[in-house]
Amino acid sequence: MDYVDRLENVTVLGAGGKMGSGILLLTAMEMANLSLMPENKHRKFVLNAIDVSDSALLSLMDFLQAQVVKAAEKKTVQLRQMYKDRKDLIENGDIIKQYVFDVIKLVRCSTRLEQSYDSSLIFEAILENPDLKVKILSQIKEKSSKTPWFFTNTSSIPIHELDENVKLDGRIVGFHFYNPPAVQKLVELISGSNTQEDLVQFALQYAKNLRKIIVHSNDVAGFIGNGHFMRDGLYGISEVERLSEQVGFAEAVYMINKVSQDYLIRPMGIFQLIDYVGIDVCQFIMSVMNSRLQSENIHSPLLDKLNEKDVKGGQFGDGSQKDGILKYEKGKPVGVYSVDKGEYIPISEFQEKCDAKLGALPKAALPWKAVIGNPDKKTILENHFAELNEMDNLGAKLAVEYGKRSKEIALKLVADKVARTEEDVNTVLLTGFYHAYGPINEYFI
Amino acid sequence: MRKLRKKLYMTAGFNTISLGTGRKEFHPKKPRPGLEHYIKEAGQGTLAQMNGAQHVDECVIGNFMAARFNKQANLPAFFPMIDEGLKWKPAVAVEGACASGGLALATGIKTVLAETADVVLAVGVEVQNTVKAIYGADILAGAGWFQERKTGHAYFFPGKFSDRAGVYFEKYGRDKARKAFARWYRNAVENARLCPTAQEYHNKVEDLEAMAMMEPNPKAFVDNLNVFDCSKVSDAASAIAIVSEQGLEKIGVAKKDAVEVVGLGQAEYDITIPPADLTRLETTELAVKRAFESAGISKDDLSTVECHDCFTVAGILGTEAIGFAKPGEGADFVSAGNTARGGKIPFNTTGGLIGWGHPTGGTGVHQAVTIWEQLTGKAGDAQIEINNNKPFGLSINMGGDDKTVVAIVYKKC
Repeated sequence: MDYVDRLENVTVLGAGGKMGSGILLLTAMEMANLSLMPENKHRKFVLNAIDVSDSALLSLMDFLQAQVVKAAEKKTVQLRQMYKDRKDLIENGDIIKQYVFDVIKLVRCSTRLEQSYDSSLIFEAILENPDLKVKILSQIKEKSSKTPWFFTNTSSIPIHELDENVKLDGRIVGFHFYNPPAVQKLVELISGSNTQEDLVQFALQYAKNLRKIIVHSNDVAGFIGNGHFMRDGLYGISEVERLSEQVGFAEAVYMINKVSQDYLIRPMGIFQLIDYVGIDVCQFIMSVMNSRLQSENIHSPLLDKLNEKDVKGGQFGDGSQKDGILKYEKGKPVGVYSVDKGEYIPISEFQEKCDAKLGALPKAALPWKAVIGNPDKKTILENHFAELNEMDNLGAKLAVEYGKRSKEIALKLVADKVARTEEDVNTVLLTGFYHAYGPINEYFI
Repeated sequence: MRKLRKKLYMTAGFNTISLGTGRKEFHPKKPRPGLEHYIKEAGQGTLAQMNGAQHVDECVIGNFMAARFNKQANLPAFFPMIDEGLKWKPAVAVEGACASGGLALATGIKTVLAETADVVLAVGVEVQNTVKAIYGADILAGAGWFQERKTGHAYFFPGKFSDRAGVYFEKYGRDKARKAFARWYRNAVENARLCPTAQEYHNKVEDLEAMAMMEPNPKAFVDNLNVFDCSKVSDAASAIAIVSEQGLEKIGVAKKDAVEVVGLGQAEYDITIPPADLTRLETTELAVKRAFESAGISKDDLSTVECHDCFTVAGILGTEAIGFAKPGEGADFVSAGNTARGGKIPFNTTGGLIGWGHPTGGTGVHQAVTIWEQLTGKAGDAQIEINNNKPFGLSINMGGDDKTVVAIVYKKC
């Protein structure tokens, strides 16, 4: 079975979710591109979008329509080549419309797992729950008319565990997209101890066609991305606990969020990132890591409490942010959830006081947005951190400690052989988390 | 072309801002003024300088593709909306792609020459930001032969002029041509910064030439041009009055506030036949020659030129078509600074199509307004010095790939 054979009948599990919908979009376009090649005219491409929720599948189609139009408008120059023999398609508008239809017509939505039984390739992007994953994959393996390959989007569960528990004989690989999959360049590729080599080769080809950057991670719970993020998040939470004794909980959350964003020039503060990923998702990932990594405690009672109160973060169907630890208006944090009071306290009530406590930002400070694509990025960062290290105020001190801890976490991922190289860890943070600089750097010594 | 049979003038020019990317007011996702707004603003701007609508005998509007950009036809019927005084007055709309504005002027000129009117209100308008650029490219491709659309580039007209640039590169050298393109861009933006209505008025980039030297990216755009080589997608309108000597008296405008129209040259080329030589603008050459003959002047009598730089390469080829440079030497002529505002012959003193903007059907009228401003000392910060020994200005308005061309010679009064 070659590359195209493998992609003739594909299933995405959890296609209505935020990761699943992105994976479905990218796969649908890759399959449509193949279907439009003259040599593939005889083939019948089918992409099953499976999800437990009908409403999620309906939203998925709206999402697909909008995203494929956007993508087609960007690559009309190539599309005109692809449709050059279609005499009836003359204007860009005609061609874009046809391409959108040619992508969408491959997609079959269903809430029934049976739909996946003829697929040669299964993308799994369901809940980050090991038992559920094993159950669903086992059922497909049992009933399938083919011998399908499984790509799991797990961000934490070791691949060899899934392999052994489902008895796949190495027909599974970790293919971890970052959110949102259509935008983020990074894919973490994780082979289990038994993963078949031709599956890995296929995965590399597929990633290349999708123009993704691959970083190989070893098969250790959490991998590189969450291996860093979860520990980074726990550090943020521990800093809040320490600080809240002096300033109060909501104030401490606001301050650490600000330190980890503005002082460290990151795209989001640590609590906004936790909300973005989803508090429930973070809790799942931590529990997976915690039960498999005996030497450390990867667990947050705070996240447990928030989950109990149904404060979960995550995103709405349109991609906007749901309230979590922070409350959002137009995507910007405006409140902090008080676990004791069970309500959000407006940031405006204490912002001025907290900002005064933190003290000024370095004079050279720029927002992340102004740095990330800046040709002078290196100099800007050097000046910023040189100044930060010299400063005496609370904000700067918290930031320096934060940066040091982030670096320590990253170095340990290499020492523990989760990552092959220091550069791989930096690539993950740069391309999966959109940081302006890697955690392993000369800024924090 | 024969000498014009009687004296006629243009006056009371008005430009709206050219709205689109580059302007601070422009936001692609926010609602914007429509066609009506621009026609009204420009028309009223001109009427305000000529004692209102009472003396207007006829109206003419140039527009290219409102039928597609705005789903609107029958544009002459918008004149009474500008001013109630225009109700019941005759009006006509003309179309010749991006030369529609020039054709509106030519029509007004001929109406006055034919003595069926002493005062003609001419408006040119286009509102193009109603669709994204990739769909706008389809609409603008209407300036070419539709039978060529299928084999044409996604960005049809950039594709056409990219081909011209490619042949020019081969024949005369890529490096010097690309450098001249970048210089053309710099001149355009530097001039636009002096004109508050220009689309690039807010442009603050320091090293414009370095930016414009960006390598073309054929995967996303065309082979031989980058985005800086292209004119803007613009929403704008311009208006001007075309009047006889009696008309000038009627509207109460002094001669010093008007320019005399002394030469007109028009030419057409078969839209179904590709240009014989891609490094020449033959139709432009002919139209300019006729305009000069009709005015009885030569290029050496000009103080300023508004040329149709829909792309930088068209600007370079324009300098050759007028005769300022020999074939292949337009690039050197431009790189040496001759067309800059302090140069031998300042071109496009408010930015031209690349710097001021290119509201396709309105551009021809905008060119006339700019020359009128320069020759009457009304160009504000963009004012250049007009040598009294060279009291002439020239505008060249081109529709399609050098298919429909209108050249006009103006004289300081």
